[in-house]
Amino acid sequence: MRIPPTLLHVAVLLAAGLAAALSVEAAEPQGKRHEHLIKLVRQECGSCHGLTLAGGLGPALLPENIAHKPLDSMVATVMNGRPGTAMPGWSRFISEDEAEWMVRSMMKGFPELNGARK
Amino acid sequence: MRRGILAAALAGAALLAGCATQPALRGTGDLGLVIERASGQVAVVSHTSRERLATVAGLGDLSHAHVTYSRDGRYGYVFGRDGGLTKVDLLRGRIERRIVQAGNSIGGSISQDGRLVVAQNYDPGGIKVFDAETLEQLAEVPAEYAPGQRSKVVGLADLPGQRFVYALFDAGEIWVTDLSDPRAPKTERYKAGRQPYDGLVTPDGRYFIAGLFGEDGLALLDLWHPERGVRKILAGYGRGEEPLPVYKMPHLRGWAVAGGRAYLPAIGRHEVLVVDTRDWQEVARIPVHSQPVFVMARPDGRQVWVNFAFPDNSTVQVIDTVENRVTDTLVPGRTILHMEFTPRGEAVWVSSRDDDKVVVYDTERREAVAELAAANPSGIFFTSRGVRIGF
Ligand code: HEC
Repeated sequence: MRIPPTLLHVAVLLAAGLAAALSVEAAEPQGKRHEHLIKLVRQECGSCHGLTLAGGLGPALLPENIAHKPLDSMVATVMNGRPGTAMPGWSRFISEDEAEWMVRSMMKGFPELNGARK
Repeated sequence: MRRGILAAALAGAALLAGCATQPALRGTGDLGLVIERASGQVAVVSHTSRERLATVAGLGDLSHAHVTYSRDGRYGYVFGRDGGLTKVDLLRGRIERRIVQAGNSIGGSISQDGRLVVAQNYDPGGIKVFDAETLEQLAEVPAEYAPGQRSKVVGLADLPGQRFVYALFDAGEIWVTDLSDPRAPKTERYKAGRQPYDGLVTPDGRYFIAGLFGEDGLALLDLWHPERGVRKILAGYGRGEEPLPVYKMPHLRGWAVAGGRAYLPAIGRHEVLVVDTRDWQEVARIPVHSQPVFVMARPDGRQVWVNFAFPDNSTVQVIDTVENRVTDTLVPGRTILHMEFTPRGEAVWVSSRDDDKVVVYDTERREAVAELAAANPSGIFFTSRGVRIGF
């Protein structure tokens, strides 16, 4: 079962450390969808940000580049894109929870594609 | 020395022919490389026998990899995203030399005389010039468009006269660098427009066209009259309508020019734009399946094949260039990333990333005639590029 994001935010306010641990597990997509999202990031986001997320036409999305940036604004960028730039919005394909999971995962170091080398 | 090379070439040919006793000589005109992106390797293929002849591994991160060829077709220079530049010997099926020349690279090109290989880089933004034989770096032109600010470089193409043309995404400029003296590059700058994302040079080397992401239109530079500066073509093709989201940037290459017309992907519109190359006026716009990525004319110009951006990227469409309409909609496999015509265009090779295969189509019948297994294939590059301007 997933924990609703509002609850998560409360938890963040209450205990940042615990919430970080909780939210990771809570928002982690499962099974095929999990695989699909990793592939989406590595390959489709990768077409602009690089397969390794080290940057391309779009900026690098490695922990050292984005870990310190505000989560909410990063999630909003993923969902709605940035007008006037080449960054499109992805809300047609992913839920807000999934975008949040993506950004959190990128901030820690995004998982590799199954079976693929770097 | 010479005999050594010859012997090695013969040994390589023997290897490729799969014949250990009688060394078979072979040419390179029907060879090519297929990028197997996820595994950092390339397949050496023959488009005559439609088979893989060898696999070369150890090329690093090959997302967005690009290949340019020596004029004898023996060596492919593979530019990897991670800045790797690998000189692959197609006859021997192995790496001849490899360097890492930048942090983030998207391609390169070879000079008119075949002696210089030039890489275009995102990071550090600029171009670098290498000796085609040794890969020794001869020069660098930083894309520093304002003090301390370097731009990503896109759309690099070779020009007659040892020159190279390219666009600066962040600066909105087109630069032309003369490498007649490779250690002392001379560069001219031209204002182009907002966010050029890729470029192409016409097959005669006269015109450079940069696609603009940030504007409704394309930038055209007449390299016979550079003093006239950049002219906007197809300005306002979006007619002020809200552009559709672009989930993958289109690519431009000299293939798009055929029969006095250029076929160009619209940005944020599901259309191919057709422009007359004599006066650069729009002659048609062709509605297509989705956001076009590659728009490639068959070498005779009678057909144009188009693939598409995510999420509609399993479809390929064929445009009839007399009627200027789509005649065929094909689904060769899941996630079609690239297409490459054989030199005279009887066949086109199409890569299906998610079905781990390359499909060969007969272009007259628009039927699949062969399939090759390949691990997450992306770009397909035949050696015939080595004898064309702009590749
Ligand atoms: C067509 C190219 C393109 C694709 C595909 C793309 N992006 Fe971007 N992205 C960009 C560009 C360009 C920017 C920089 C925008 C700017 O200048 O502010 C950007 C910015 C971002 C940022 C903000 C980074 C920062 O430091 O501010 C995030 C996060 C991001 N993208 C995530 C994603 C994700 C996740 C995907 C896939 C679901 C994706 N992008 C796909 C082009 C792209």
